[in-house]
Amino acid sequence: MSLLVIAEHDNASLKAATLNAVAAAAKIGGDIHVLVAGSGCGAVAEQAAKVAGVAKVRVADAAHYGDQTAENLAALIVANAAGYSHILAPATSIGKNTLPRVAALLDVAQISEIISVVDADTFVRPIYAGNAMATVKSADAVKVITVRTTGFDAVAATGGNAAVEPLSAGSDLGQAKLVSRELTKSARPELGAAKIIVSGGRGMGSGENYHKVLEPLADKLGAAMGASRAAVDAGFVPNDYQVGQTGKIVAPQLYIAIGISGAIQHLAGMKDSKVIVAINKDPDAPIFQVADYGLVADLFTTVPELVAAL
Amino acid sequence: MKILVPVKRVIDYNVKVRVKADGTGVDLANVKMSMNPFDEIAVEEAMRLKEGGKATEVVAVSCGVTACQETLRTAMAIGADRSILVESDVELQPLAVAKLLAAVAKKEAPQLIILGKQAIDDDSNQTGQMLAALLGWSQATFASKVVIGEGKATVTREIDGGLETLEITLPAIVTTDLRLNEPRYATLPNIMKAKKKPLEVVKPADLGVDVAPRLSTVSVAEPPKRSAGIRVADVAALVDKLKNEAKVIA
Repeated sequence: MSLLVIAEHDNASLKAATLNAVAAAAKIGGDIHVLVAGSGCGAVAEQAAKVAGVAKVRVADAAHYGDQTAENLAALIVANAAGYSHILAPATSIGKNTLPRVAALLDVAQISEIISVVDADTFVRPIYAGNAMATVKSADAVKVITVRTTGFDAVAATGGNAAVEPLSAGSDLGQAKLVSRELTKSARPELGAAKIIVSGGRGMGSGENYHKVLEPLADKLGAAMGASRAAVDAGFVPNDYQVGQTGKIVAPQLYIAIGISGAIQHLAGMKDSKVIVAINKDPDAPIFQVADYGLVADLFTTVPELVAAL
Repeated sequence: MKILVPVKRVIDYNVKVRVKADGTGVDLANVKMSMNPFDEIAVEEAMRLKEGGKATEVVAVSCGVTACQETLRTAMAIGADRSILVESDVELQPLAVAKLLAAVAKKEAPQLIILGKQAIDDDSNQTGQMLAALLGWSQATFASKVVIGEGKATVTREIDGGLETLEITLPAIVTTDLRLNEPRYATLPNIMKAKKKPLEVVKPADLGVDVAPRLSTVSVAEPPKRSAGIRVADVAALVDKLKNEAKVIA
């Protein structure tokens, strides 16, 4: 049995989410191949070849794969799908955009955002924003799967020695063209990959307070910064800060929720964190029901104290 | 230009979902049902395109049980001109829905299909992409801005770490993210008017689509509960716990 994992990358380096998807593939078992589709992505292929447990890396290097548009990427995956029992990708914006297209072209169901593997046909995935866990069994010959990265511990990025094999590129379908990409520039770690996250909610009161109060804490801890949907809706920070059902699903070692009440939709995005700290002046805030350490206090005096004490 | 807007009937987003004791699913008995919130955004976007002179007709489609007619009436109360129900009592999974919608799209020949990026019940996030694949159309998922031009659309998408803007050729599929717009409330006169708008009912067999499910649900369980920890008295106690008990900071 062979499995194909779609590499997540930016043409320069392999993204950590790939390692979680490879981990899910390893749980299923079989020969793991990684597909790297990109433009000038040789370095990515080399990194993928070193990933523990990978047997083969297949590389399609062409200009029209550089921007990872779903139309071209899906066509390439489908053209090279023969012989694979499972096709997996991390449930990132690229994976979520592309894999359903692959599934439909193969006339099979997709199993979205699995968090565990029961056997080669059976998987567990959250539904209703994580308020229920469904165990589903696929009757299809090929299983097309997106992997929730927080559900699987990453495999080692080094230690492997896979063969790298070039693939011939498909034609450019010319249906979608990237006009621009505005990535939030930050010296901080990415939300999805951070070991520590400092997150602020409506209790911050304003965007100015959010930055003034939380940045020193995040700097001190080397943490990524997140926010609740309420804080995003109030315009304190852009949407890519959002942690929750409608934002990012995170599971860091330490999650510090500050001025966040703990709406179900927020909890759905962070409740798998190893340690949760809540600082909120409302003793009845639902966030305290999931926090390992709760501190009922005014955040505007407490957070600076915390920064000083660290 | 005609716009097709598929809408799904789901448990209202305010309802606290309960897993059935026998583990076969979640309890849908006597639970308030509403239009999937991302689909409301899709209907609203279609209406804004029509009001802006970019579209001439907005057609809502739903696939599911008879009661989905209510969801279609809601779409028409927001402003859709007419609607189509593909009626089925079978559990419809995303691939089946995408095939039904593809069959409807072939008859209706819209230039644009706007869908919610995911339904808040099964959280699959598949139908729009699958529909684009089946029709061989371009797609722009997770849209936060849509501008229609000559034979193309310029769509800003929410991606990991920021935004990207794509230019896609029409006909195309767009799926909505939360910040695309704020849907309007249907007014009472419009709710009354919607009752008189045409609603056509067809069956999957009429469209020649096999809707048999590909995935079977083995069980549905409550998520593991996270228990509340302790309250600490002050910052010093918190730092002590994080360093010496949880050992998550040095």
